[in-house]
Amino acid sequence: MDFKFDLDENKEKIDKLMEIIEEVKSKNISKKASLMPVLHDAQKMFGYLPIEVQSIISEQLNVPLAEIYGVATFYSQFSLVPKGEYEIGVCLGTACYVKGAQAIIDKITADLEVKVGGTSSDSKFSLIATRCIGACGLAPIMTINEDVYGKLKLEEISDILKKYKDK
Amino acid sequence: MNIYRSHVLICGGTGCVSSKSDKLQEKFENLLVNKDLDKEIKVVRTGCFGLCEAGPIIIVYPEGSFYSQVKIEDVEEIIDEHLVKGRIVKRLLFKDSIEDDIIKSVEEVEFYKKQKRIALKNCGVIDPEDVDEYIAYDGYMALGKVLTEMTPEEVIETIKDSGLRGRGGGGFSTGLKWGFTAKAQGDQKYVLCNADEGDPGAFMDRSILEGDPHSVIESMAIAGYAIGSNQGYVYIRAEYPIAVDRLQIAIDQAREKGLLGKNIFGTDFEFDMEIRLGAGAFVCGEETALIASIEGERGMPRNKPPYPANKGLWQKPTLINNVETYANIPQIILHGADWFKSMGTEKSSGTKVFALGGKINNTGLIEVPMGTTLREVIYEVGGGIPNGKKFKAVQTGGPSGGCITAKELDTPIDFDSLTAIGSMMGSGGMIIMDEDDCMVDIARYFLDFTVEESCGKCPPCRIGTKRMLEILEKITSGNGEPEDLNRLERLSENIKSSSLCGLGQSASNPVLSTLKHFRDEYEAHVNEKRCPSGLCKDLLSYYIIAEKCKGCTLCIKACPSDAITGERKEVHEIHQDKCIKCGACLDKCPFKAIITK
Amino acid sequence: MKSLDELKKIREASLDKIDLRNKKDGMRIVVGMATCGISAGARDVLMALLEEIKSRNLRDVTVTQTGCIGICRLEPIFEVYSPGGEKVTYVNMTPEKAKKVISQHIVNNKVISEYTIGAVEE
Repeated sequence: MDFKFDLDENKEKIDKLMEIIEEVKSKNISKKASLMPVLHDAQKMFGYLPIEVQSIISEQLNVPLAEIYGVATFYSQFSLVPKGEYEIGVCLGTACYVKGAQAIIDKITADLEVKVGGTSSDSKFSLIATRCIGACGLAPIMTINEDVYGKLKLEEISDILKKYKDK
Repeated sequence: MNIYRSHVLICGGTGCVSSKSDKLQEKFENLLVNKDLDKEIKVVRTGCFGLCEAGPIIIVYPEGSFYSQVKIEDVEEIIDEHLVKGRIVKRLLFKDSIEDDIIKSVEEVEFYKKQKRIALKNCGVIDPEDVDEYIAYDGYMALGKVLTEMTPEEVIETIKDSGLRGRGGGGFSTGLKWGFTAKAQGDQKYVLCNADEGDPGAFMDRSILEGDPHSVIESMAIAGYAIGSNQGYVYIRAEYPIAVDRLQIAIDQAREKGLLGKNIFGTDFEFDMEIRLGAGAFVCGEETALIASIEGERGMPRNKPPYPANKGLWQKPTLINNVETYANIPQIILHGADWFKSMGTEKSSGTKVFALGGKINNTGLIEVPMGTTLREVIYEVGGGIPNGKKFKAVQTGGPSGGCITAKELDTPIDFDSLTAIGSMMGSGGMIIMDEDDCMVDIARYFLDFTVEESCGKCPPCRIGTKRMLEILEKITSGNGEPEDLNRLERLSENIKSSSLCGLGQSASNPVLSTLKHFRDEYEAHVNEKRCPSGLCKDLLSYYIIAEKCKGCTLCIKACPSDAITGERKEVHEIHQDKCIKCGACLDKCPFKAIITK
Repeated sequence: MKSLDELKKIREASLDKIDLRNKKDGMRIVVGMATCGISAGARDVLMALLEEIKSRNLRDVTVTQTGCIGICRLEPIFEVYSPGGEKVTYVNMTPEKAKKVISQHIVNNKVISEYTIGAVEE
């Protein structure tokens, strides 16, 4: 999937990020230790961590870009590619797995033509297999942005997805 | 202050919020205002009640009526009937709380009767966002007692005497750990809380932080006093947004009340703490990896010794315990080591929280004394296996643990007994599996998890687990060879003995334990190319039973790969060469004419 | 937080917030709150009971509601159950009378016979 990060379009957000970095720097902790909190904020703001943003953080915190890239790729919460408009998360914790989560993922992959970890060609959906979100009582469970669908049945999937397709 | 005649407690744990308990709360509050009852009836959002299966859960006091699976449409009825007219709405009561027309209050329900709640004492009882409610249930009394009446040595002695062992999985003596860190030399020491609950299927730490965050704050301050530290960090998973919010609120309230900060209880003791967010790496549950992550590095473990007690966060002496361990501390201080020791078994005192999941009726969170048998947990508290299916195994200890079979169900649960039967306590996740679950596939599932989460630092784990996964995939896809089982065993032993950290050392446990107990299933996959549970897709074939097929063409329409042919009102046929084994036809057939073999 | 005493004071003050959720072994007062009771003023009686219990700091008394007790013309009605299980039924209650029942019956264990159903029915 092709995408480009437009610095001008994101000027406001970048200014905000600078403010956050300044605030973190003013606290008396080492620059390295403030890296994770800053990356969390940036991920929340931009939806992903484009290399341009990582460069800015690198300059401001005076941490080598290579190290930032290393951290950003190590943790699964950080993403280097933009997410779709709707992010579908299917829990693959053990409780969900024994209750058929894999079949649900297979169904979604087929329905939306999107791979796990990928984004659909129209940028509408991205699909991730999440780690246990701790709602095992409702297994199997799927989230679409803020909406949670518990005790899912395979035959409900198409109807649920349709709601978002039509939005 | 208003005098309330009723309290409506609504579960605000992740499980119930996922089933829309937040909407219920809104509806209750709005309707009570409309009906001019908001001055008489109070709505309280609490932490998890533990019975997530039956969520969203609502409890109405003073009667203690236990409503389950409440829907938005039911709210008005509860208000009009129960809260106005005093008539309990029987049809909405939890199934076990009404027997022969006699209504039981929440504490009389079987699910809670066998339990002994210490770490979960306040979960589902108090409003976690109101420090006063925590204080009303003796909150911060232990911190007060420690600061004004006890020396740090006495605190450590008490914890040692209690026999408390780390609840995060290791089972190491908490008192000894505190003692080592107290003795370590250093100008600055740190108290860490490991809330990076990564085991899939375990959610007790999340529930404690959501339902009773102050117990962890109080306990970390006690630890700070005992080891001589003024700064704490809670490392918590970013996947737990509700827990993060509530913990932050609790920290702010504690600061405001002067329970964190300088001169706590008029002494010269000072302590403060901050939250650090994890970012989705299972290995960060390992203590040295967690420390690396707080320092802003990739979360990779390092060799031990030196242990964190001597060289931890920023090379300073550091105490690190998990959430559930901390939640026990205030109670031990208040009631004494002997009280705690009076529960549980000789070498594992106290209670343990378990998360029941998978094929069990009462999915949820329970706390029972150590030494309770697996049978009691699964059949009495857990309510047994749903749909009349047969119990096959229970998996404990997550990706580091193993499977326990029906033969061993009468084992009393404690740290040592579970290890003795080839599994482990771990953090307390229990996944119950029935006859439909394929044990080879479960082993494959856990290896898939380990491969994904291996940090890559040491080759045995990085490469070895990958090879094991490949072999398992080969077996579940029908290409296994007899020699593969021996290969798996050999690899397991090598990875176990040569990996750097616990993740690698225990990664092969799920394979070894299923190989030991369910070798026949592996052999069926390898020798007969057959999956006895009918779960491994590649080993299945779909067939139409001619006598049952009415020729309705529904399956033909459902098939995405045009593998089914047949005329209307004539028996259809599945062409195995085209079938992709998706199961769509099976779901669609109204006559149950399609079977798998 | 300056001292343990300060914490204990906050604790005392907060107990009211959660008192309703504790299990109690003392007297139980059951107020009839069906349509007939409510229209006769049972809600005011109920609130008067709660106020009086609070102002006297009685921690071991439970106040709950029930549906129709069955004698609508004598509403508002409430029943007082002692821990031993004996029941006294008070009828034609008002907030004032209710407060008196608390002071006499609940606190001093003296039944106010003239308010009971036995006296009224004679």
